[in-house]
Amino acid sequence: MDDELKELYQQVILDHNKSPRNFRELGNHNHSSEGYNPLCGDKVNIFLDIEDKIIKDVSFVGSGCAISKASASLMTTILKGKTTEEAKDLFEKFHNLITGNDDSEIDIEEMGKLAVFAGVKEFPSRVKCAGLAWHTMISALKGESKTVTTET
Amino acid sequence: MMKDSTTNNVEKTLSFDVNKIRKDFPILNTIAHGKKLCYLDNAATTQKPEIVIETLNNYYKTKNANIHRGIHYLSEEATKAFEESREKVKKFINAKSNKEIIFTRGTTESINLVANSFGRVNLKENDEIIISQMEHHSNIVPWQLIAAEKNAKIKIIPINDKGELILEDFEKLISEKTKLVSIVYVSNSLGTINPIKEIINKAHKFNIPVLIDAAQAVSHFPIDVQALDCDFLAFSGHKIYGPMGIGVLYGKENLLDMMPPFMGGGDMISKVTFEKTTYNDLPYKFEAGTSNVADAIGLGTALDYTKNIGFENIQSHEKELLDYATEKLSKIEGLTIIGQAEEKGCVISFCLDNVHPHDVGTFLDFEGIAIRTGHHCTQPVMDRFKIPATSRASFALYNTKEEIDVLAAGIKKVVEVFS
Repeated sequence: MDDELKELYQQVILDHNKSPRNFRELGNHNHSSEGYNPLCGDKVNIFLDIEDKIIKDVSFVGSGCAISKASASLMTTILKGKTTEEAKDLFEKFHNLITGNDDSEIDIEEMGKLAVFAGVKEFPSRVKCAGLAWHTMISALKGESKTVTTET
Repeated sequence: MMKDSTTNNVEKTLSFDVNKIRKDFPILNTIAHGKKLCYLDNAATTQKPEIVIETLNNYYKTKNANIHRGIHYLSEEATKAFEESREKVKKFINAKSNKEIIFTRGTTESINLVANSFGRVNLKENDEIIISQMEHHSNIVPWQLIAAEKNAKIKIIPINDKGELILEDFEKLISEKTKLVSIVYVSNSLGTINPIKEIINKAHKFNIPVLIDAAQAVSHFPIDVQALDCDFLAFSGHKIYGPMGIGVLYGKENLLDMMPPFMGGGDMISKVTFEKTTYNDLPYKFEAGTSNVADAIGLGTALDYTKNIGFENIQSHEKELLDYATEKLSKIEGLTIIGQAEEKGCVISFCLDNVHPHDVGTFLDFEGIAIRTGHHCTQPVMDRFKIPATSRASFALYNTKEEIDVLAAGIKKVVEVFS
């Protein structure tokens, strides 16, 4: 495989694509949002259970390419236990990482597993794929869930 | 391909040498990601032969002027070349008169012209327009816009699992409320060649005019608007080896005559006062503003080029490619071809188990293979087959069996990585 391509499709990404984590609808979510990329038809639904500004649980469902699916999957594993402020901060950092925003210093260490998405910046057409779940998560954070949960 | 048009002319087939033809297209020598370019995205746009590129160059070097206006040498030269190109288009689709050939920006603008002009005067509340489930968005949205304005309705001819129109349902949809049928000749996402003649005959029994979206047909087989008896026909230059930004609307003269202008401006008028404006004759009534002269002339050259190669040659070569690719791709495990119509053009849309089309596209790109992935501006087709997107390989006269081998090998690689 070409090096640049290998950089995009790292083993972690292929793995999360094949066996996505937290791939289900949360029964007791209180925030949710649907993300849709009309250009490629990628869809993702993010579910959040937030208590005292702490993300107690997070999950997703949807369909999309390996990049978008792995991005959503990895995001859910990282956000669990974070505060909503930390989630917003991570979103900013992740966004800078995938767009290759030079104005910001990206601390790869701090990004942890998310650093596998650094290769995306070389593929302008795939930036939206990697960003979809994160944008949807932010929109879910902002609004109360309109989805009726099984708890009510 | 169409059964009635694949008669093999042995002599002409023998004279068709794809390697010689490839030399006409400079871009085919491109190296993409270190690999020889394998351009299989012809349904999106076709590449341009040197002779078309030269025409554009020459126009700006030797003829450039505004047309129908100046009395100077260059303006006359440009006007002459522009009108000669209209004549070429007329002959190419066998229209009766040059008045029936309107230059537009492309298929989309051509359809919008009919929707806005014909639609505006002929649609009233509760009237209906019939389209199909396999239309490109450009043959859906213009009708939705005018239908919303007029409180008219859009009726949809459904498609079966093979991706063919269900004609019995079409007949049921026709009523006295139907004001127009607008249908695609060849589906860009499924490859289906629709039985256009049959549809036109059925609609005409009820005096309903028919518009044909021929964007995906025009470079693959001959079109005779008089034999088809279609009322409107739209196509784009860039899908038949011509420049982008130029297209054609054919319309029967009597219909175009009674239609109001689509856009107002220069060239489309004969007299303007603040009290009243009289419009120019056909086709100029529909060509407001400075025309895309260079690209119209380039289109004329592209049509000449296609004609010189000959549709018998093009059809037999492309049918060979389609059959070869269908057989080759069908053998790949986990690959499903979407669109398996009996009458099919040079398009293979496919899905892979466990690999999203976007990933297929990116991987193939690194093999130098250009295909299209996504919904192909036909979201209702994707919904019909309950898929988010497909990968699509589409062929043109310069493609080879070797390229299909490269494609098949590339797909197998993708499957391996994701398994």
